[in-house]
Amino acid sequence: MNILEIEHLRKQFGDREVLSDISLSVREGQVVSIIGPSGSGKSTLLRCATLLETMDGGSLKYLDRYAVRDTGSGAEYASQAELKAVRSCFGLVFQNFNLFPHYTVLKNIVEAPILIQKRSKEEALQTARELLAKMGLSDREDAYPYQLSGGQQQRVSIARALAMSPKILFFDEPTSALDPELTGEILKVIRALAAEHMTMVIVTHEMAFARDVSDHVIFMDGGHIVEEGEPDIITNPRHERTIQFLNRFN
Amino acid sequence: MTLTSMILKMSEGLGRTCAIFFLTLLFSLPLGLVVAALRRSRFAAVRMLTRMYISLLRGTPLMLQLLVVAYGPFYLFGMSVSRNKLVPTIIAFALNYAAYFAEIYRSGIESIPQGQYEAASVLGYSRGQTFFRIVLPQVVKRILPSITNEVITLVKDTSLAFTLAYMEMFSIGKQIANSQSSFMPFIIAGVFYYVMNLVVAFVMSRFESAMAYYR
Ligand SMILES: Nc1ncnc2c1ncn2[C@@H]1O[C@H](COP(=O)(O)OP(=O)(O)OP(=O)(O)O)[C@@H](O)[C@H]1O
Ligand SMILES: [Mg+2]
Repeated sequence: MNILEIEHLRKQFGDREVLSDISLSVREGQVVSIIGPSGSGKSTLLRCATLLETMDGGSLKYLDRYAVRDTGSGAEYASQAELKAVRSCFGLVFQNFNLFPHYTVLKNIVEAPILIQKRSKEEALQTARELLAKMGLSDREDAYPYQLSGGQQQRVSIARALAMSPKILFFDEPTSALDPELTGEILKVIRALAAEHMTMVIVTHEMAFARDVSDHVIFMDGGHIVEEGEPDIITNPRHERTIQFLNRFN
Repeated sequence: MTLTSMILKMSEGLGRTCAIFFLTLLFSLPLGLVVAALRRSRFAAVRMLTRMYISLLRGTPLMLQLLVVAYGPFYLFGMSVSRNKLVPTIIAFALNYAAYFAEIYRSGIESIPQGQYEAASVLGYSRGQTFFRIVLPQVVKRILPSITNEVITLVKDTSLAFTLAYMEMFSIGKQIANSQSSFMPFIIAGVFYYVMNLVVAFVMSRFESAMAYYR
């Protein structure tokens, strides 16, 4: 079953088209990595998929719910109520965490499930504590974000996203703001999620990690998907642009 | 007139001084938030009108605004001038301070990183929930020092109520100074304002430390 289906997505900023005819589908349990040079449109693609950016053409569908329909000449967004339902399908982990600084770790995680999903406080607290235990942060639930290391903050933000039980989780360069040591701890968490068959789309510059963890790799350049396929395209790229790009990592 | 009787006489006006101070804060702090919201409205016309309002109220003397509120209705519409001086005083003060507070709120709101809005949006927070739960608490912390400045100015500005002959502490002092040909009442007034501002500074620093639990 496809959790996410994007067809013919087009996005422009002013006159400049930054995404052209992007189609992408993600099956349940699949891990898709998106790689590509800076400015190729990876973040913009995730931001369109998570409704942070409006697309100018194409369609966007989660399970059987259309968030955006292709009208041929443009993109038609669903009603606010429908988009609210769509939002509960996905989570997003940001490069710079974006935790709420005035909330404790625990409140960062439980507020949305209680407030938005109307879960009971007991249930939300229990879920949050289980997630914190999984992230190795059980002892930090009363800390404020500024008291945590970058790696810990990123683990909290992953827990915050998971607490909403998303069907699919997006990561936009989740380790780019971290030192190499801390990068490892985040990659470990994502690997563990992959082992549990969490559906994920990961934008990353960690090539070895992308090769190991993904089922499918997409290489983007200049707003296009240039090459995609099995993770071994990272070791055996066919397309000239992919070869050039990957050479810089060796 | 002895020093003690001067002080006692002037203290009788302190209740009114405090009335101006607290009522102005009561109305202008929320009104400023409304003005700040209108300043960021979707509609260009609303934004422009709000900008004019802010620019006018910050660009003209509060004393003049007091006169306009008190006597404007009479000159414009022939309405009788009410003998109640508190109401026009508070209206003028609240409108004036709301303009200053609105700009402070605006700068605070604009200093909140876009990522906070984005994180809230992805979690499904509505615009209202995002503003009141995520943005506003952080704004309050950031703008507290600027608010303190305005509140200290307000303490001193209460003396402008003499324009409408609203007999607060300073107006009484002025009267005594005239009738007794003495400078003493002004020194007493200065001491009163200074002490009030010491209290303001203390209270505001308590607020600031109450918000110091995060960065
Ligand atoms: N808000 C915006 N307004 C105008 N142009 C933008 C905006 N956001 C992104 N762009 C442009 O769109 C293009 C794609 O940017 P995007 O951030 O998606 O690239 P990226 O692949 O994520 O790059 P990086 O690896 O550096 O994060 C870039 O040329 C960028 O300058
Ligand atoms: Mg990016």
